[in-house]
Amino acid sequence: MTALLVLALYIGAFFGSFYIAKALYKSAFEKKGFNKLKTVTFGDESAITANRVASVISVIAVFWMWVAFTNSSIPLPKFPGPYSGDMTFTYTAELEDGTKDDATVSMRVYREDIQQTLDAEGNPGREPAPAEIEPGDGFAKNDSLTVARYSFKVVNVWQNDDVSKKDGSKIVAINGNPIAPGQEISVPEGTIGLTDKGTPTFEPAVGLRMARLYLPAPEVVLQRFIWLNKEGYQGYTLLEHTWFSLKRVVLGFFIGAIVGIPIGYAMGLTGWARGWFDPIVEFMRPIPPLALIPLIIIWFGIGEVGKVVLLFLAALWIMIIAARSGVSGVAIAKVHAAYSLGASKWQILSKVIVPNSLPDIFTGARVAMGVCWGTVVAAELVAANVGLGKMIVTASKFQLTDIIIVGIIVIGVIGFAIEVGMRALENWLIPWKGKV
Amino acid sequence: MPTLFSLKSRATHPGKKGIQVSGLLINDISMRFDLPNGGHVQALKNVTLDIKSGELMSVLGPSGCGKTTLLNIVAGFLAPTEGTIELSGDVVTGPSPQRGMVFQQGALFEWMNVRDNVSFGPDMKGVSRAESKENVEHLLEVVGLQDFKEKAIYELSGGMQQRVALARCLANDPDVILMDEPLGALDALTREKMQSLVLDLWKDTGKTIILITHSVEEALLLGERLLVMAPRPGRVHKEYRLPFAELGVGADLREVKKHKDYNSTREEILEMIWNMEEEIMGRTEESA
Repeated sequence: MTALLVLALYIGAFFGSFYIAKALYKSAFEKKGFNKLKTVTFGDESAITANRVASVISVIAVFWMWVAFTNSSIPLPKFPGPYSGDMTFTYTAELEDGTKDDATVSMRVYREDIQQTLDAEGNPGREPAPAEIEPGDGFAKNDSLTVARYSFKVVNVWQNDDVSKKDGSKIVAINGNPIAPGQEISVPEGTIGLTDKGTPTFEPAVGLRMARLYLPAPEVVLQRFIWLNKEGYQGYTLLEHTWFSLKRVVLGFFIGAIVGIPIGYAMGLTGWARGWFDPIVEFMRPIPPLALIPLIIIWFGIGEVGKVVLLFLAALWIMIIAARSGVSGVAIAKVHAAYSLGASKWQILSKVIVPNSLPDIFTGARVAMGVCWGTVVAAELVAANVGLGKMIVTASKFQLTDIIIVGIIVIGVIGFAIEVGMRALENWLIPWKGKV
Repeated sequence: MPTLFSLKSRATHPGKKGIQVSGLLINDISMRFDLPNGGHVQALKNVTLDIKSGELMSVLGPSGCGKTTLLNIVAGFLAPTEGTIELSGDVVTGPSPQRGMVFQQGALFEWMNVRDNVSFGPDMKGVSRAESKENVEHLLEVVGLQDFKEKAIYELSGGMQQRVALARCLANDPDVILMDEPLGALDALTREKMQSLVLDLWKDTGKTIILITHSVEEALLLGERLLVMAPRPGRVHKEYRLPFAELGVGADLREVKKHKDYNSTREEILEMIWNMEEEIMGRTEESA
């Protein structure tokens, strides 16, 4: 239900912000430069540039939706939240002889994440005590209880009554409204019902926001991020977790590249090497690296060596194929030209084939780095002592959703940074790519 | 453009013994490609040519006449099924810097700048940059690229790229220059300028040049000797000795085209190739 609302809102935001932005910020929709003179742009991909206003709104929209569906303290419009505070309801108990008596139940609804919050002195919050009340008259006595948001309380109203449920006291009305076992009535603060056996229950209203367990608010995640950098989790700070994961990726990738590129060249240059490696490469390439994890753990344990071996295998086949297609991509005219300019075989390799294959190798390296980064996190999820994946999977066992989200954001940011860095390196090293 | 006479020609090259170098001998070459279906293609049959040193020969013919195959055999990229190629008495067995090659396009090294492309040959021979510098700079000046030596290849126009290719080939001081449709991808105006450049280089360096082309005009202008080849099997159909190349050196090529024999020769060759194409078409239709 909430998911459908999210989807509807998101689609609405996509179209709504288009019309609003177009009305308010016309210049962002004008075609720029030469495109201004083009009358045909629909279908001309080269005339399409990303509208940065849309990008900004898109990021804001996601952030806002994040805020709107959580109990965030950020002052942005939010969806109705869960009830918290003190409320009361009355129940009417009836004995077998027909005597009735009313009593009040005081409910103190408190934050479900109270223990994870810190007060001004930095002490974790505590569950509140029930409200002080008078027991009242009659055989049914007033009760006072507490319940956390997003949870549910079975109210044993008889525990302080003069006549217990066993002795024939049963609930016949809530807030004066008659009620039978299995029925429930709604009040603004939540739902009061009777179980099939006639015991009252209270479920505070939840609204549309998500509990911290499911989706922590942005500021909670930010606090957790700072905390992870300072205090660390599972004995390592966030930076150390990240560093271990990155180190494995870089090490595995480089070993894979150092081994894979020469093999790829050999496959492109000699029939024996191509025949020799072809079956291995063709067999190993379609196997997802994740499928190798169990075997790697059996062989190498859960330490660093196993991770690096796994990432090496993830990168190896990609780099072999990249180098091989780099060789086959050399225009024969270039090789002929180099030979007739007096180049030796070695010079052909070093001066023609290697530089000419750099664009292919870089494309391969980018793919391999992406695969390695995805694989390392997955491998750490399965078994590791330290690393971002390990941090996430341990946090999930303790339902520390905020740590999971911090981990996911860090993984995403680093994956993006790897891609951007590789592209920058590519533009710097291979300026001729795509221009020939 | 600077005067070209300062270019090293073979006659004055200090490394060569003697002044007279014998030419290129194409000795009864046949080339047969086996097809996977058991048949074969006779790309060349009994081609014999004696090309004098310093001769400018253009080769013309419909597609499939084996002219590129012939060039690849002379360059040493392909071994003929029969016959031999001899340059200055030595039998050709593979590519060598003696026989420089200029390709249609895409044979420059994009990862090097213009100067590094031109000095590629000397670099491969182990000639130090200090030693080759003068010659390389001179060649860049000859082809009119002295201001572009630091430029990347992809920053140059198609015509400029072919100038680089020419300079790169000349930097090695080859005996023979083989040109495989070097101007085929250029626009008409650039092409005309490049034709003049080729003629001037030919005259000033005295190199033996074999030029393959699809353009009858280019073959007429850039051929002291013009070879028309015929297909199936690839063979020499007719040979011409033409005055236009000599006339075109240092002159306006458009003036050369006004020569009384120019148009008639052109028509004759066009007719010849046209008939060959017709014949191929007819044969294909019969077999189809």
